[in-house]
Amino acid sequence: MGEHHGPMKGVKRWILATNHKDIGAMYLWFSFIMFLTGGFLAMIIRAELMYPGLQLVDPNFFNQMTTTHGLIMVFGAVMPAFVGLANYMVPLMIGAPDMALPRLNNWSFWILPFAFSLLIIAIIQSFLGIADAPNFGWTFYAPLSTKYGPASTDFFIFSVHLMGISSIMGAVNVIVTIFNLRAPGMTLMKMPLFVWTWLITAFLLIAVMPVLAGAVTMMLTDRHFGTSFFDAAGGGDPVLFQHIFWFFGHPEVYIMILPAFGIVSAIIPTFARKPLFGYASMVYATASIAFLSFVVWAHHMFTVGLPLAGNLFYMYMTMLIAVPTGVKVFNWVATMWRGSISFEVPMMFAIAFVILFTIGGFSGLMLAITPVDQQYHDTYFVVAHFHYVLVSGAVFSIIAGVYYWLPKWTGRMYNVGLAKLHFWSSLIFVNLLFFPMHFVGLAGMPRRYSDYSLQFADFNWWISIGGFGFGLSQLILLWILIDICFRKKGEAVSDQVWDGADGLEWTLPSPAPYHSFSTPPVVK
Amino acid sequence: MAEKTNNYYVPEQSPWPFITAAALFFVAFGAANFIQQNSGSGIAANEGTWGGYVLALGLIGVVVMMFAWFRDTIKESLAHKNSQQMDRSYRMGMVWFIFSEVMFFAAFFGALFYVRILAVPWLGGAGAEEMTHELLWPNFQAMWPLTTTPDGTTTQAMPPWGLPFINTIILVTSSITLTIAHHALVAGQRNKLLINLFLTLVLGFIFLGLQVEEYIHAYQEMGLTLDAGIYGSTFFMLTGFHGMHVTIGAIMLTVMFLRSLKGHLTPDNHFAFEAAAWYWHFVDVVWLFLFVSVYWL
Repeated sequence: MGEHHGPMKGVKRWILATNHKDIGAMYLWFSFIMFLTGGFLAMIIRAELMYPGLQLVDPNFFNQMTTTHGLIMVFGAVMPAFVGLANYMVPLMIGAPDMALPRLNNWSFWILPFAFSLLIIAIIQSFLGIADAPNFGWTFYAPLSTKYGPASTDFFIFSVHLMGISSIMGAVNVIVTIFNLRAPGMTLMKMPLFVWTWLITAFLLIAVMPVLAGAVTMMLTDRHFGTSFFDAAGGGDPVLFQHIFWFFGHPEVYIMILPAFGIVSAIIPTFARKPLFGYASMVYATASIAFLSFVVWAHHMFTVGLPLAGNLFYMYMTMLIAVPTGVKVFNWVATMWRGSISFEVPMMFAIAFVILFTIGGFSGLMLAITPVDQQYHDTYFVVAHFHYVLVSGAVFSIIAGVYYWLPKWTGRMYNVGLAKLHFWSSLIFVNLLFFPMHFVGLAGMPRRYSDYSLQFADFNWWISIGGFGFGLSQLILLWILIDICFRKKGEAVSDQVWDGADGLEWTLPSPAPYHSFSTPPVVK
Repeated sequence: MAEKTNNYYVPEQSPWPFITAAALFFVAFGAANFIQQNSGSGIAANEGTWGGYVLALGLIGVVVMMFAWFRDTIKESLAHKNSQQMDRSYRMGMVWFIFSEVMFFAAFFGALFYVRILAVPWLGGAGAEEMTHELLWPNFQAMWPLTTTPDGTTTQAMPPWGLPFINTIILVTSSITLTIAHHALVAGQRNKLLINLFLTLVLGFIFLGLQVEEYIHAYQEMGLTLDAGIYGSTFFMLTGFHGMHVTIGAIMLTVMFLRSLKGHLTPDNHFAFEAAAWYWHFVDVVWLFLFVSVYWL
């Protein structure tokens, strides 16, 4: 191989990959496949809920759909997509040749398909009617998942262990890359916000993924080795599971949104043609959100009977998060204020993100209020809330990031007309899908049921139409990606790509060379 | 294919990470089947008998791959391919990995404190839980260690001042001998390094032997078992995972001993030794927390 500087040929390039761009691309494709898979499961949910009564699937199968939809979307779609973007973009943004620990990086990625195959096998068995997939909700509360969990629960437990190893190793790599591989002059407070948000996200991952591993380990021993962690008869407590799960789970939701903040903070300045307003405050707001995420977990548990002082503490802490989040939203708006804005596709998704994420933030504030939450808990209002922050929040930001950096990755411009169609159909259908969920939720429709009272029928019909529309819209994205990645269509772009773009990644050729920066650039 | 660019070193591509990932799949798939096929709990009983073989295959795969992967890394290190920057990356990586381990133990310590401070007193009627107590198990008495569970399983508490205290002294001493070995390595005193590293290993294995002794005593004479209620659950899970980590640390230090004999470690290039030493100190500190909150208080 000698002086060979390019990638290896054929399948070896991907299996032996140590290149951050190759691994990033694999993460992104993996997450997109998972996104379509999880979306397919959601279509089954919406098909059943289109009309009141039971028509397509039986309730146990419905429970398996809600559970595996949630698990696949959280662990298979959103998280790996952000890790993929981090892999691809962080070395480009800080002037590094690659990630700090390239072989570890390969390992982190390749664990994922193996981990998910354990879950996918269960889903396939469930479709074939051989055995039940996990059916206890993506939060896998004990004792539903311990005493009453189906056989696939044990495979799910080990699948989570593997995902945890993957996430922790991936996060270690990101942190080490950021701390150790920055180009000369790239001080911490000069780093792009995407790098900052990922630094903090990686810290959260290392802090909470092991706790999740602990939770599933206790599940396993409760199921098979006679321990009593979640069994009151032996002196344990099922509520303990919820505490441990949400100690992981709440930082987890910020793991899924902080990188989104970073992406949007990169896109808005480019197309507003103004530097980001309040850079330092953005950094401090991100750190504050991360810190607060460790002391709010029990706001998911306002109805389990915590002591009053506990409920009040978690209510106040949760509402406090609105302050740094507000700082961010105002900073994005202030960045756009009097900018010379142009509405390219990434900017359209970014602006939609700011508005729709804020709606999700406001419903979160409503849910934070303990006495109010006792009405909203486990209704479709909660479903509306977290889908606004996760779909029109996190997923929109990922799509915005893909449209923003895709020309840099491929060296060609994608089909802008189709991308705009993708934007408008996604925007309209995502609101048709999730906005009426607020109404049925406030009116008392519970989540995770395969049937509902007749008064919710009209809204649910529209929600299902929105769901099918949103799901089909994503096939446009699939076509755009195939078109540019495999059919090599599209006009060549300049290094700069977007005339307002600023940052090290835009100083490299499009597509970027195999070893991004072979000598460190100097940042002034 | 290793490429030395002007300033950055990018390591060669390697097949080991992918194969390790595949081996982990066999471990997970085999372990889940093995547990279901041998579980006495009746949950998810599975008729097969092959899970153990898949698990063993996976574990062998992981061990073989670790040898191969580490061998490559050691060769590169001995060939001085690693820049100082790479060395710093390894160090940072190890520190953050240990932090993740700390958080893993935190989950189990959190469970311990939650049941001691909240769950068990509530079952006994503390706070606003008088009715819980009356309706569920009116005869239950809250106490810690929980030697009688609500459903009537009884056990005994492990006294702290016998073997556990001896083990505390052994483990703290092993950290001291390891530190002496580390200083000797930096100062280039080969014999002092080997003697103290060997002492550390001996102490580590004595600790593990005494832990096994304690477990046998608990199971055979005290009725303290994994299924003896939440006291047994927290006791064995915390000390068990700690023991597992001591074993891993001892294996790491054994490798360091063998590599010291071969003269791999030099005063200015011994990241592996430091990583193993950090790991050892970490399991030592975990033990101190264990001794205080599991055995003593």
